Amino acid sequence: MDKTSQAGNSVELSWKKKQNVSRRDVLKTGSAVVAGAAIGINAITGFPTIWAQNIKNITLRQFGTGVSNINAIAKRAKQDLGITLQMTALDTDSTAQRVVTQPRSFDIADIEYFTLKKVWGSGNMQPMDIRKLKYYDKIVGTFKNGKLTPTSKIAQGTAPHTVSFVENPTDRKFAKGETNWYTMVPTIYNADTLGIRPDLIKRPINSWTELLNPEFKGKASILNIASIGIMDAAMVCEAMGEVQYGDKGNMTQVEIDKTMAIFTEAKQAGQFRAFWKTFDESVNLMASGEVVIQSMWSPAITKVRSMGIPCIYQPLKEGYRSWGGGLGLSRNLAGLELDAAYEYINWYLSGWVGGLLMRQGYYSAAPETSKLYMSDDEWGFWFEGKAAKNDIVNPFGQKMEPAGAKRDGGSFYERMGKVECWNSVMDENRYMVRKWNEFIAS
Amino acid sequence: MNRYNPVVIIAQVSPISAILGLFLIVPIATILIVSFWDYNEFMLLPDFVWTNYSDTLGSYVTYKIYLNTFKYTILTWFFTLVIGFPVAYFLCFHVKTLRWQIVLFLICTIPFWTSNIIRMISWIPFLGRNGVFNSMLLNIGLIGEPLEFLLFSDFAIVLAFVHLYTLFMVVPIFNSMMRIDRTVMEAAFDAGANGWQMLTNVVIPLCKPGIAIGSIFVVTLVMGDYITVRLMGGGLRASVGVMMSNEISLLLYPPAAANAVVLLAVVLILVSLMMRVVDLKKEL
Repeated sequence: MDKTSQAGNSVELSWKKKQNVSRRDVLKTGSAVVAGAAIGINAITGFPTIWAQNIKNITLRQFGTGVSNINAIAKRAKQDLGITLQMTALDTDSTAQRVVTQPRSFDIADIEYFTLKKVWGSGNMQPMDIRKLKYYDKIVGTFKNGKLTPTSKIAQGTAPHTVSFVENPTDRKFAKGETNWYTMVPTIYNADTLGIRPDLIKRPINSWTELLNPEFKGKASILNIASIGIMDAAMVCEAMGEVQYGDKGNMTQVEIDKTMAIFTEAKQAGQFRAFWKTFDESVNLMASGEVVIQSMWSPAITKVRSMGIPCIYQPLKEGYRSWGGGLGLSRNLAGLELDAAYEYINWYLSGWVGGLLMRQGYYSAAPETSKLYMSDDEWGFWFEGKAAKNDIVNPFGQKMEPAGAKRDGGSFYERMGKVECWNSVMDENRYMVRKWNEFIAS
Repeated sequence: MNRYNPVVIIAQVSPISAILGLFLIVPIATILIVSFWDYNEFMLLPDFVWTNYSDTLGSYVTYKIYLNTFKYTILTWFFTLVIGFPVAYFLCFHVKTLRWQIVLFLICTIPFWTSNIIRMISWIPFLGRNGVFNSMLLNIGLIGEPLEFLLFSDFAIVLAFVHLYTLFMVVPIFNSMMRIDRTVMEAAFDAGANGWQMLTNVVIPLCKPGIAIGSIFVVTLVMGDYITVRLMGGGLRASVGVMMSNEISLLLYPPAAANAVVLLAVVLILVSLMMRVVDLKKEL
């Protein structure tokens, strides 16, 4: 594995749940990005916005899960805004602890929406005034009313819009609809589905039910991270018609029991070859042919393909399971620092960062602005789902796809428009974890 | 200066006491305290509750997992002993010169020059469905279908344990054997003992401390392991360590601590039982 892909991968992984993201990974990412960014900067001429001058020399302390905690962003922010960003990388669980237990240790929290749901009640964060958010209009509907397009269905789980607004700046409860106070500005998100080996399956796959199809006995896998794994399991059970859920992102004990019973039965019948917990495990299982169908993350698919092994991120008729994160402000931010934070967030949405993220296969909250920082071919491939005219290269200089390739699942609207459920935190979390442990031990 | 001056004695004892206090007593005390705390999604709540213990001890899963862990422990102990004893016997009684004993001993330690995770992972491409071993068997026509049980199974777990820990059995047994007074063996021979009688009546009884120490190593290592079970079992199998690591990764520290306390008690009981069989203090 070369350095750049490793950096990119560890980034995706740490975002999700990786427990052992090290500072070194992040530093590596940083240096790799800097190299890519240097090329990018030259390609772009003219940066029209003049950013405020009085915020120079201000330092903002940001922590996050690594995926968007990229040193190149800090470097570019210093260049464009003059502010210094101190970035700290933590795993997903630690980000929640940090907000709750050490509110004075950060200015900006880069966290996932389901984490936000857990920690907002602590009162340690403050919402943003949307009148000060320059690019608020450009943010996609998913993060405002839950609808990507006016006709979209609202997804289950911790859908970002359900935790995005409060009525008053000091409220600890989320508002029902859109208000003037935005809890978090979205930065990065994606849609997850099953990965398959088309060369070993040799027939079309179009439903989540295939994960438990006896045809793939001993050749299937699911990820062993309870909070995400249970949701993939629910997607399967619902597709099979075995369980009807009120909300897959917030199951009742009965629903959890039914789901786990179906999966335990499948496990005992030998359906699963292995369970994976880390990014690399999922890549190895797929690349070695031990597994031909499994839950997977987008960059892992790219990694398998880059080894010359066919692998598809298969769109399924029941839809995707999605995840997303954003930037929130500490309650302690005030005065010039607060102004600087707004300035930073406005800059974040102005396009350069979005381009950096989109060229890795993630989505930016304000895609339109990112377009300026991507070539037409890159935009066509990543966002519009068109066939690539040339080789698609990520910001770290690594080839992602050859000319002629199309993104699995198609365009942004085709993919994000079919989100069935968001990563979430359930009320029955403790119970779910216990049942998941039983499932693993069974 | 008087060697028995209390000041000198305290000065001599304090470094080890400080190290043990700081790195053994304090962490274990912390685990014990936290095991009684309450918790929510993101915080530990200082408290005194028994729920962590009642959840752990009240769930059939715990017993199932302990049973599984005992299974791995007993199998690993058996195979490391069966392999380790002859190896030590060979090194001690068949290799005549000290130089060759040292050379062969070093060869035994070569696998330990790499990390034990690397040693474990290297089994995966060997045992996999399209791995080296299966390809070999398929090529020579011994099997028609790849053997699936080789990897991500109890077999793989025990195999990796035996590979990792046999040396921990060899070394103490070898050490005991080297202390056996050769004249005792000569006396047995003169008294008409055959090879088998020599082994069962002289060597094995005199090796008991070595076997006990080796067993303690192997049993404690296997009981506390989680990474071997997770990697070689493909995440499909569970041991006590895996259960704890799952809990920790979900921030359920108090139940994990309660589990750790229970495991500590179980292992201490096992070790004290082994000490009963062999009076180590007397034997050393």
